[in-house]
Amino acid sequence: MNDKSHEPVITDTTTGDKAGGDGPDQRKPKGMDRRAFLGTVAAIGGTAMVGSSSLAHASGDFSGYPNSYGLLTDLTACVGCRSCEKACNEENNLPSPDVPFDESSVFNEIRRPDAHAYTVVNRYENPKDKSQPIYRKVQCNHCKEPACASACPIHAYRKTPEGAVMYNQDLCFGCRYCMIACPFYVPAYDYASALEPKIVKCTMCYETRVKNGRITACAEACPAGAITFGKRDALIKIARNRIEKNPDKYVDHIYGEHEAGGTNWIYLSGVPFEQLGFSANVPAKPPIELTKGFLSSVPLVFTIWPALFGMCYAAVRHRDEVSDEKSSSHKKEEGK
Amino acid sequence: MDEYTATAKPVNFQTWFMDKLLMGMTWPEYLRTLITPFNLLAAAILSVGLPLIVIRFVQGLASVTDASNDYPWGILLGWGLFSGVPLSATGFVMATAYYIFGFKRYHSLVRLGVLTGFLGYLFAVIYLLTDLGRPWRIYFPMAVGFGTASVLFLVAWHVATYLTVQLLEFSPAILEWLKARRVRKWAMMITIGMTIAGIILSTLHQSALGAMFLLAPGKMHPLWYSQYLPVFFLSSSIYAALAMVIVVSTLGARFLRDKTDHTFLSTLDPLTIGLGKGAAVGIYVYFALKLIGVAHDDHWNLLNTPYGHWFIVEMLCFVLLPGLIFSAGVKKQNAGIVRLGAFSAVLGIIVNRINVSTIAFNWQLPNHLHHIIPPWKEAMIVLAIFTLHVLIFRWILNRMPVLREHPDYKESH
Repeated sequence: MNDKSHEPVITDTTTGDKAGGDGPDQRKPKGMDRRAFLGTVAAIGGTAMVGSSSLAHASGDFSGYPNSYGLLTDLTACVGCRSCEKACNEENNLPSPDVPFDESSVFNEIRRPDAHAYTVVNRYENPKDKSQPIYRKVQCNHCKEPACASACPIHAYRKTPEGAVMYNQDLCFGCRYCMIACPFYVPAYDYASALEPKIVKCTMCYETRVKNGRITACAEACPAGAITFGKRDALIKIARNRIEKNPDKYVDHIYGEHEAGGTNWIYLSGVPFEQLGFSANVPAKPPIELTKGFLSSVPLVFTIWPALFGMCYAAVRHRDEVSDEKSSSHKKEEGK
Repeated sequence: MDEYTATAKPVNFQTWFMDKLLMGMTWPEYLRTLITPFNLLAAAILSVGLPLIVIRFVQGLASVTDASNDYPWGILLGWGLFSGVPLSATGFVMATAYYIFGFKRYHSLVRLGVLTGFLGYLFAVIYLLTDLGRPWRIYFPMAVGFGTASVLFLVAWHVATYLTVQLLEFSPAILEWLKARRVRKWAMMITIGMTIAGIILSTLHQSALGAMFLLAPGKMHPLWYSQYLPVFFLSSSIYAALAMVIVVSTLGARFLRDKTDHTFLSTLDPLTIGLGKGAAVGIYVYFALKLIGVAHDDHWNLLNTPYGHWFIVEMLCFVLLPGLIFSAGVKKQNAGIVRLGAFSAVLGIIVNRINVSTIAFNWQLPNHLHHIIPPWKEAMIVLAIFTLHVLIFRWILNRMPVLREHPDYKESH
């Protein structure tokens, strides 16, 4: 259960920011956090299935794996070279695109990740300086408490302690509720496939790299230092530090620090995020909190309804019996 | 005992087949009765729709739907699942009214309600199977992975269980048709248990269909998104059921008159008015709940926006108006007016479910209203499945004792 031995210790080399080496913090017992998360899942399942109240207390407490990894995209640094798109495509053996990666005409329209691309870079006009467009990389944000995982009826999604949100196509029947639930419009579906359609999304290079102590392909490929890989907690500190040091350069908002309960991929920007197509009205509560109340009513209905409606049935029968008795005793008297 | 076995075993297969399936006719006679304008229309629809369904399974969803990464669900689910399930609450509402609350006068409509419910759920599953990426894995939530934190997990389990419950509830009609007297007796014994199971499952999954959208607060227009969504869905399904029983019984009395009996026809008008009374109360409750929803989130200011205007149209024309029509019909004791109310209430339910699942969803995306127009192929598939639904419904009403009582089993309920 505890795989401390695989835990990569990573110092980000692209920006000089120390993202991973936060010393003793890293030695927190990881198994326990995972248990806390399993507790959440069990609590929800438990309350739904058997109504266990002792577990329900634990369900509100999960605040993410403290030692998980994440990425910080600094949109002020991105130059729109699409090296990350190319690296991602190669890393994941995706089909080569119709338009080559050095072709800038793709920026004429706003794209989104799809069945053939885990990540895309879009161009937006810079309201501060029209000659300096802003580029935004889009991919799965790897939420701390992912809506997709809360939506999936078959547990095809899991949140790894390292931070990646992983999807298993062997468990998926293609309802696409995860796509409905994702506040960031990330999961894509392979609609063209008749026999093996599946969800396609960024894996944070979990299987090929992060699990083995390497940083993601996009972060490694970025020549501009716009993508920093590291412990999420450390990345938040770095981001805050950058805002403090350059208050004119950045808006005072780390996107993903609180959105949807917090994401492992966070962003810094020089202009308000909603101007760059970021979902603006994402509540800070993890989405799973929104359905907990409903699901907790399920065992109550199973317990109370039979008694309640059984009583209604008994009451109606009782009334019928009483009126039968009355009419038959009436008849007897008449017969005398 | 002997007389039972004598009637239970037909003389030979041919007579059995003619008696049960061809309604006592020979093949040529039966085929001749099939040539009607309605059947020709149905055949035309199916001749286009069924090949499209085959194409969908051979070439994938992309070949027939506009389903995209931003719009994963289209009219197949908006119509088939989200509208179909509330309109199929008929079984649970009628069985509860009759068996649990003792509305004994409604006996002639209970079986029709149960059949409407059973077929409605069956076809909701068929729409779902057409829409699922890998429908052959439909049993996965029951056997392979348990996503207990998912509202859809609950819906999957409940719809599967409730489909079984409704088949059992309807089984006496099938068994009477097959003259299986002893099995029928067993089936009747579990009625009360099945009815209460139906209440549990229906309250939970009707509301769960609304609760599914709770996960996506940022994507749905705030006038339709509410923490009360589960309550809205459950509450509206109850009057939807009453209205649907009126609609189906009206159509049955109109088009299958020779399959009804005297009791059915002579009690239909007063019972329709009674159902209309219930439906009016149900609508007013739902209308009040929707107002509470707007008040709770203090969204009054949104009413004077384009989406707000559409919300007002929905609330006034598709909720309140059917309620007022019901009330007028009840006041004048006019079953015709109540029937008009029922048709408009059913339409209102469909408008609401399409609003929640399609129009209010993703309302902020550019060109949103352009994206939600279903492509003709998908619309054709929906029409074909709906046609099959009607044909199978009629097939059963023609043969089994639903609109009438089986002469051998009168007084046995």
